[in-house]
Amino acid sequence: MILTYIENWEGKFKKLSYELVSYSYELAKKLNTKVIALSIGNVNNDELTLLAKYGAHKIITVKNQQLNILDNKLFAEVITNVAQKNEATCIILANNTTGKAIAPRLSVKLQAGLVAGVESIPTNTQPFTIRKKVYTGKAYNNVIVKTPKKILTLFQNSFGLVENPQEANIENLDISTAESEIKLIEVNKVTGKILLQDAEIVVSAGRGLKAPENWGIVEDLAKILNAATACSRPVSDEGWRPHSEHVGQTGKIIAPNLYFALGISGAIQHLGGVSSSKCIVAVNTDKDAPIFEAADYGIIGDVRKVIPELIVAIKQTKK
Amino acid sequence: MKILVCISNVPDTTTKIKFVNDYELDKTGIQWIINPWDELALTRALELKEASAGAIKKITVINVGAAETEPTIRKALAVGADDAIRVNIIAKDAYQTAKQIAEAVKDENYDLILTGVESSDSNGMAVGEMLAELLNINSAASISGINFDKSLFTIKREIDGGTELLTIKTPFLATVQKGIAINPRIPAMRGIMQARTKPLKVVEPKNIYNYVEYTDYELPKPKGKCKMIAADNVTELVNLLHNEAKVI
Repeated sequence: MILTYIENWEGKFKKLSYELVSYSYELAKKLNTKVIALSIGNVNNDELTLLAKYGAHKIITVKNQQLNILDNKLFAEVITNVAQKNEATCIILANNTTGKAIAPRLSVKLQAGLVAGVESIPTNTQPFTIRKKVYTGKAYNNVIVKTPKKILTLFQNSFGLVENPQEANIENLDISTAESEIKLIEVNKVTGKILLQDAEIVVSAGRGLKAPENWGIVEDLAKILNAATACSRPVSDEGWRPHSEHVGQTGKIIAPNLYFALGISGAIQHLGGVSSSKCIVAVNTDKDAPIFEAADYGIIGDVRKVIPELIVAIKQTKK
Repeated sequence: MKILVCISNVPDTTTKIKFVNDYELDKTGIQWIINPWDELALTRALELKEASAGAIKKITVINVGAAETEPTIRKALAVGADDAIRVNIIAKDAYQTAKQIAEAVKDENYDLILTGVESSDSNGMAVGEMLAELLNINSAASISGINFDKSLFTIKREIDGGTELLTIKTPFLATVQKGIAINPRIPAMRGIMQARTKPLKVVEPKNIYNYVEYTDYELPKPKGKCKMIAADNVTELVNLLHNEAKVI
């Protein structure tokens, strides 16, 4: 069995959830087995059923008060329990903060080799061989998993969505755990903004903007494109933007369909975080900026002039 | 109380990655540094110790690696760690690294273990949480803030689109990311001198086992040439994105 852990956000799934099921289905086909999707937390049956559309043969839901906030230790116990009951040989999680927090613990508990950050299904099943990114996207490494059980975390927006409708049963599983030793004091959430990790389009700006007060045009561009905003390291280090928006080797690693690098020279550390983007547009005054080597489309020019013109041009196209 | 910081020795982040025979990293000219996230973890550990009025007695750094990683360990001692452990093995995977750290520290009862959320070389993001599981202690990942007051730790955890403020019972392990500390410490001459005489214990590996084997490397395919568009013709760019790339 392939077991895939499907996180929820206030009871809802998102594109990433369906991508995980799509990937698991493809892997199950290759290994000649079936997919179980596991949800932990309060998700209603209508939402759970959506997982069947992308290839889940069975859906398990665990609801437990102790699991309302992420406690890596307890979540790993629950997933291990389900994996053992269902004789799962592969466990698939997202390569996001949650997946990265739980997968290593599962690896130890199940004595299963972990490959974090895969983008495709294994190239070989005997021995189980899969490719992963290393050196922050600067290279790929082929990895052989020696253990009978395997754990993989999948990069968001790498596999895509594939529909494979199944007739899946929903099984309510009662698993009790110890009391969590992690207590929530408060949550701070930005509302109304598109999340960087989920965005199809990311508009990112760097020092070429010259001053923080020029940031408004970046927001305007993001708004008409329905995009998330991001920034280069100097911009977050100087406090123009929060650290959570820094993309690059030591910030967030993203792979949107379209990435705008505006006034970003494209140092190797920056490229490491964005090189998986499907299409990159660069605007920079320096024609020799390394960003143009990574970009698909480029404009040599001042972002403070180009961005407003771009906004006008996009508005016209939309009409 | 005492804190353990796990550090990894990685190529400087500006390194252009090349390989010898597709199997081995070409180490010519590479500058080795403390993994940037581990360096921030160490910085925060030092800040916590300084602010603890003596409650935090000791900061130990641990590295799994061959003797060639010692300059990196000495740097950690030079910025203020009290002592260091090196497990003498070139680990094959994250499990082996975590297992060797666990073997070396399991009887030491550290109250807090900090490490970077990932390393900038293998990007496995696994050693920290594996170690927590091996030691059977609490953990929290992607922490961007940690504070200590009257034996109670509060941590700030990054979640999608925001942060959570949590309390967590010791002993625990936290993997840290940007924001945990702002500027890494730079060793001063006095620190460098002191580091030479600080204890660095070398331990031999035990129960060596790995789960995965890294085989050959591949470099990403070179990108096609960038299509340049005149700055006074942004409409053309919008057309290309719409009709050719089909991304807007």
